[in-house]
Amino acid sequence: MRIPLSWLREYAPVPQEATAEQVLETMVSIGFEEEEVHRPTDEISGPVVVGQVLSREPEEHSNGKTINWCQVRVVPEGQEQTLTGKGIDPSGVQGIVCGAHNFEVGDKVVVTLPGAVLPGDFRITPRKTYGHTSAGMIASVRELGIGDDHDGILVLSRIGLDPELGTDALDLLGLYDEAAEINVTPDRGYGFSIRGVAREYCHAVNEPFHDFVLDAAERAPEATDDGGHPVELADQAPINGVSGCDRFVTRVVKGIDPSRPTPTWMASRLRLAGIRSLSLPVDISNYVMLEFGQPLHFYDRAKVDGAIVVRRAQAGESLTTLDDKQRTLDTEDLLITDASGPIGIAGVMGGASTEVGAETTDVLVEAARFDPITIARSARRHRLPSEASKRFERSVDPEIQAAAAQRAVELLVELAGGTAEPGAGDVRVERPRTEVVRLPADYVSERVGVDYTPERVEQLLTRIGCTVHRAAATGSTGNDDAAAWLVTPPSWRADLIAPEDLAEEVARLDGYDKIPSRLPIAPPGRGLTRRQIGRKRVLTSLAAAGLTEVLSYPFAAEEENTLWGTPSAEQAIAGVQLHNPISEAKGRLRVSVLPGLLDTLRRNHARGFRDLALFEAGLVFLPGEQLGSAHVPPGAVKLEQSVLDEINAGIPDQPLRVGIVLAGNDAAAAPGVSARAFDWQDALDDALLVGQALGVRLTVAQGKHQAFHPGRTAELTTPDGQHVGWAGELHPQVVQQLNLPERTCAAELDLDVVLAAQAEGVQAQSLSVQTAATQDVALLVDAELPAAALVDTLTEGAGDLLEEVRVFDVYEGDRIESGKKSVALAMRFRAPDRTLTADEASASRQAAVDLTAQRHGAVLRG
Amino acid sequence: MSQSTPEPTPEKDPAEPQSVQTDAPADPAVDPTDEAAVNAAVDQALAAIDAATDLDQLKVARLAHTGEKSPLALGNRAIGKLPKDQKAVAGKLMGQARGRVNKAVAARQEVLEAEHAERILVEEAVDVTAAGRRRRIGGRHPISMLMDRAAEIFVGMGWEVAEGPEVESEWYNFDSLNFKPDHPARQLQDTFFVDPPESHLVLRTHTSPVQMRSLLSREVPIYVVAPGRVFRTDELDATHTPVFHQIEGLAVDKGLAMSDLKGTLEHFARQMLGPEAEIRLRPNYFPFTEPSAEMDVWHPNAKGGPRWIEWGGCGMVHPNVLRSAGVDPEVYSGFAFGMGIDRTLMFRNNVPDMHDIVEGDIRFSQHFGMEV
Repeated sequence: MRIPLSWLREYAPVPQEATAEQVLETMVSIGFEEEEVHRPTDEISGPVVVGQVLSREPEEHSNGKTINWCQVRVVPEGQEQTLTGKGIDPSGVQGIVCGAHNFEVGDKVVVTLPGAVLPGDFRITPRKTYGHTSAGMIASVRELGIGDDHDGILVLSRIGLDPELGTDALDLLGLYDEAAEINVTPDRGYGFSIRGVAREYCHAVNEPFHDFVLDAAERAPEATDDGGHPVELADQAPINGVSGCDRFVTRVVKGIDPSRPTPTWMASRLRLAGIRSLSLPVDISNYVMLEFGQPLHFYDRAKVDGAIVVRRAQAGESLTTLDDKQRTLDTEDLLITDASGPIGIAGVMGGASTEVGAETTDVLVEAARFDPITIARSARRHRLPSEASKRFERSVDPEIQAAAAQRAVELLVELAGGTAEPGAGDVRVERPRTEVVRLPADYVSERVGVDYTPERVEQLLTRIGCTVHRAAATGSTGNDDAAAWLVTPPSWRADLIAPEDLAEEVARLDGYDKIPSRLPIAPPGRGLTRRQIGRKRVLTSLAAAGLTEVLSYPFAAEEENTLWGTPSAEQAIAGVQLHNPISEAKGRLRVSVLPGLLDTLRRNHARGFRDLALFEAGLVFLPGEQLGSAHVPPGAVKLEQSVLDEINAGIPDQPLRVGIVLAGNDAAAAPGVSARAFDWQDALDDALLVGQALGVRLTVAQGKHQAFHPGRTAELTTPDGQHVGWAGELHPQVVQQLNLPERTCAAELDLDVVLAAQAEGVQAQSLSVQTAATQDVALLVDAELPAAALVDTLTEGAGDLLEEVRVFDVYEGDRIESGKKSVALAMRFRAPDRTLTADEASASRQAAVDLTAQRHGAVLRG
Repeated sequence: MSQSTPEPTPEKDPAEPQSVQTDAPADPAVDPTDEAAVNAAVDQALAAIDAATDLDQLKVARLAHTGEKSPLALGNRAIGKLPKDQKAVAGKLMGQARGRVNKAVAARQEVLEAEHAERILVEEAVDVTAAGRRRRIGGRHPISMLMDRAAEIFVGMGWEVAEGPEVESEWYNFDSLNFKPDHPARQLQDTFFVDPPESHLVLRTHTSPVQMRSLLSREVPIYVVAPGRVFRTDELDATHTPVFHQIEGLAVDKGLAMSDLKGTLEHFARQMLGPEAEIRLRPNYFPFTEPSAEMDVWHPNAKGGPRWIEWGGCGMVHPNVLRSAGVDPEVYSGFAFGMGIDRTLMFRNNVPDMHDIVEGDIRFSQHFGMEV
C-alpha cells in the first residue's frame, strides 16, 4: 500500500515537514513493514513553470519533419524574469523549438527551463537545433513522468487549469507530494486504505483518530425499497455456506459530464498510490476505494437492463470483461447480472457492455461486500488479481458500503457535474453476528511475557476499536468469568477472532521492544540420533578423504531419471513431474543424485578444473503406487489415524543418497608426486569408505548398471545382502554422450540402507600374540571367476586357523592357458594358544586349496 | 645394523684406495723385548690411524697395524718363543702397545662414523617448500556445515533435531499449519506443485511441516529444530534461489511466552554471530503463529559495520496448529521460528552472490574446508 503523504495528512496528524521516511518509521513502530519511498522530485527538478505560447511558426525541414519555432512567455506580462542562469531569457520570453503540434497560440503549457532535470536524468540545456537556439522544452505528461500519454504537449486548460504564468508547475501538478509504501500482511485488509493507515498512524503517535467514514455514513440518505437500483441477492450455491454477497448498496447520479478532467490533486494522489488516471468516473471510484478500503463499481445506468441479480454462473455462460476479453465462467464464479445476462464478475472485473464511457451521463454506483473465498477463487481462476479483489479477499468492513457510496456520489456531483438521485438501495443478507471474544485476564501477559495491567489491556484494545467489558461475576459457562473480558472487535477487524489475536494487538501497541528475554530450559535431550551422527561422519570422512561436497538442485530431465535411476532401462523410473517447474527441460524430481553431480562436474571442468572429486548427499524422490491424496482435510482438528495414514501413504519415498564423481587425476603431478588418473577402483574405495565410516563392511560383487562400464562396476551390498549401490567407471558411451571427461568414475549409495546397517555395540575380538605363519598360494582358475569367490572359498576351507587372506596379484597372459587366470593370494595363519607348526599351516592351506579345486576347479600352481 | 666384527681376514680388502702406509715395515715382526721398537711400531700405527680421513682409509690402517700380519700381531705371537723369564715383561709391553693402537682405532672410528652420518643427512636434505600434495584436498559445503553447526547449538541446549521429507502433502505444508485453502497467505508462498495438482503434493515451501510431524510423533514437552532444504518458485539471481535452506525451531511446553522465544533466539544469535548479537522483534503475520513477529538480528561483525539484518519469522504457535496435532492449547503453549541458512551464510560469512552457493564451484567449498 502506497500512502501519499498529503492524503494521510488530511486524516492524521502528520507534521507538515515529515518525510515519507519518517512516516515509514512511525508505521514500522506499529507493526507494518516498510517497502520504499516514492518521491517524484528524486526524478524531476525545476525550474519547471507555467508558460503561454505567444507565437508558433511551423518550419518545414529537409528531413521532412515540420517543427514549430515558438515564443513562450514564462513570467506574467509586465513582470521581470527573476530566474537567472544560462539560457534563461531576462525578458521572460523563451524561444523554444517544439516537434509536437497539438497546441495553439495562447495555450498555457508546462515549460521546462534550462537547468531543469526530467525523469531519466534528462537535463534541459539551451541547444542549437534546426537553426535556432531552443532554450527549454514545452513538456508532455510523459516527459514529466506523470503519465504515458502519447498525445503530445500537456495543455493545461485541458486538465481544467488556468494558472498564472511563471507558476511552479511541479507544485501545480502535485509533484512535491511523496508516498510511503508499506507492506500490508494478509490478515490486515483494513491496511489497504487511507482510513486504516490513518488510524494506525494515530495509534502509533498516541493521538485520537477521527473516523471520517462515520461522517460520510451520516450524510448518506436513508435506504428505501425503491431507492438506488433494484437488486436481488440470489446466491444459489454459497461456498462453505457463506453467501457470495451479503450487502449491495446502490446509488444513482444523473447528468454527469464524463469528459471533465480529473483534478490534478486527485490525479497526483492516484499516481503516487500507483494507480493510473483513466477518466474522471474511474478515477473517482479508485479514489474512494483507496480512501475507504471499499472497492466500488460504476455502471452506465442507461446500459443496465432491468434489475440486478447477484448469482453464481451457470455452466457455459461467458462474459466479455472490461479488458475486452471473453471469459468462460465457472459455476463457482459470482456474477452481477441484469436482464441481458452477466454484466460483471463480482468483485473481480466488470463487463464491457455496461462500462462507463465518453457518452455516459447517468451512473449507477455499486458498493457491495463479497465473500472473500468466492472472490479469491474467481480472481485466481481468471488470473485477474486486481486492487478490488485484493481487498475483497482480505475481507471488507461490512459497515462502510453506504458511506463509501455517499463519498463517490459527492465526488461525482462535485467534480463531474452530476445530480444525485435521492435515496439509496441497500440489500442485505443476514450475516452471522461478530463473535465476542472471551479474553481471560492473565492470557495476554502469560502469552507475551510482559506484565500488562488490566487498565493497559483495556486501554489498548479500546484504542483499536474494540468494545471491552469485564465479564459478569457469575458466568453462565461456569468459568471464573470474573477474571475475563468480553471483547467485541470492530467491524473492520475480521482477523480478531480469538484471544491470541488480541494478545498480538496488545503486544504490538505496547511495543514488541518491551518484551524481555528469558531462556527456557528444555528437558534433557537425547542429543543427535545415531543416524544424524552417522550422516555427518560420512560427509566429514569423504571430505577428509579429499572429496569436495557440493549441493545440486534436485531437478532432473526424464531421460536422466531413466538412465541413472535403475540398473536397466526396462525398470526405468520417469520420476515425479512438477506441475510448475522453473525449467521444462528439468521438470522432474531426481531419482539419482548423479546427474546433478555430473552437471556440477562439467561446470567445474568448463571453469578449468581438470582433477575433480565431488560428492553430494541428498534426497531422491521415488514415487510409489499412490501419488498424493485426493482429499486434503482441513487443519485445526486432529485427524483420524486412517486419514493421516492415507496422506502419508501418498508421499513419495525419499531415501538419502550419497553420490561420488571422479575425473582427471587423483592429485596433480608435483615434486615427489606423480599424477595418477582416477579409475574405477578409486570410486570403489570411496564407496567402501562410506561403509567404513559407519562400521559397515560393504560386500563387493561384479555389478551391471546401464550407465556404468559393463566390466568395471561393483555392486555393493550390506553384510545381510541389502542392495546399497554402485561404484565404478561410467559407460564410455554415456561419457561421450554427456560430454564428460574421459574415464569419469562414479558411485551412488543408498545412505539410508547403510545407516540402518550401522554397527552398534561392536564386540572386541581377542588378539592372539602367538607367532603367525604366512603362506602364499597361486591358483589357476577360470578368468571369469571373481576373486571374491576364491577368497570366500579359501576362507571357508582353511578353517579357524586362517587369520587373513588377501589377493596380491592376478595374472592373465602368455604363460598360462587362455581363458584362465592366475590369482596369487597371501594367507596368514595363527592359533590363539600356540605357535603353529609349518605342518599345521600347510594342512590348513591344503584344505583351503582342495575346496577351491572342488568348487571352482582351481589348480595349484608351482 | 652393525654386525659384531670378528677379526677380519686380511686377504679380503675390497677398497684399495690411494696411497696407504707406503712405509710399511720391511721386517714384519717387531721384537717384543725391544721396547723402543715396540713404541716405534705403535707410533707408526697411531700416525696411520690419525691420517685416515674416511672409514675406508681407517680400515686399511687398521688391517695394516692390527691385522694378523701386522708387526704388532707378529710380535705378539713371538712372545711364545721367548724364554720364560722374559715372557711376562714382553707380554705386558705388547699388551699395552696393542691396547693403545686398538683404542686409537676405536676413537678414530667413532669420529669418522659421526662425520659420515652427518654428511648423509646433508646429502638427503630436500626443499620441503617444493613438495606437492599426494592426497587431494577436499571440503564440505558451508551450507551443510552451517546447518550442522546451528543444530548442534540447540542440541547443546537439550533440544533434538527433527527431520521431514522435501516432497510434502499440502496438509503438512499448509492446512495443518492453519493456512486456509483460499487464504491469500497460501498464494504468497510461490509453491512448486507436483503434477497433477490434485495429488496435493508440493515441494515444501518451508521447514515448518516438520513442526507438525514433530507434534504428531513426539510427546510434549517438545523442543526440536529442523534444518533442511526448502523450495520456492524464484528464479536464481544474486539473492534468490528456488532451492534453499532453513532451520526451523519449535518448543511446546507449559507456560511458554514470547519472552522465551526472544531469549532462545538471542542465545542462538550469540552462538552464531558473537556475544554482542541482539534480537529485535517486529509485528508480522504468519498463519501458523499468533502473535507473530519478524526477527531482526544485530550483527556485531557485519561487513561495513554492525547493523540490523532481517533474519526470519517467528511467533507463538497458533492454537489451531496445536489442535491439528491433538495438543490442547488450553494446557500447552509454544513458540516457533525459522530462518534462512543461505541468507545467514551470506551475511555471516560475506558470500556476495547466491550463485556461489548453488553452482558447486569447487573453490567455494574448498575455501571453507572443514569449518564455516
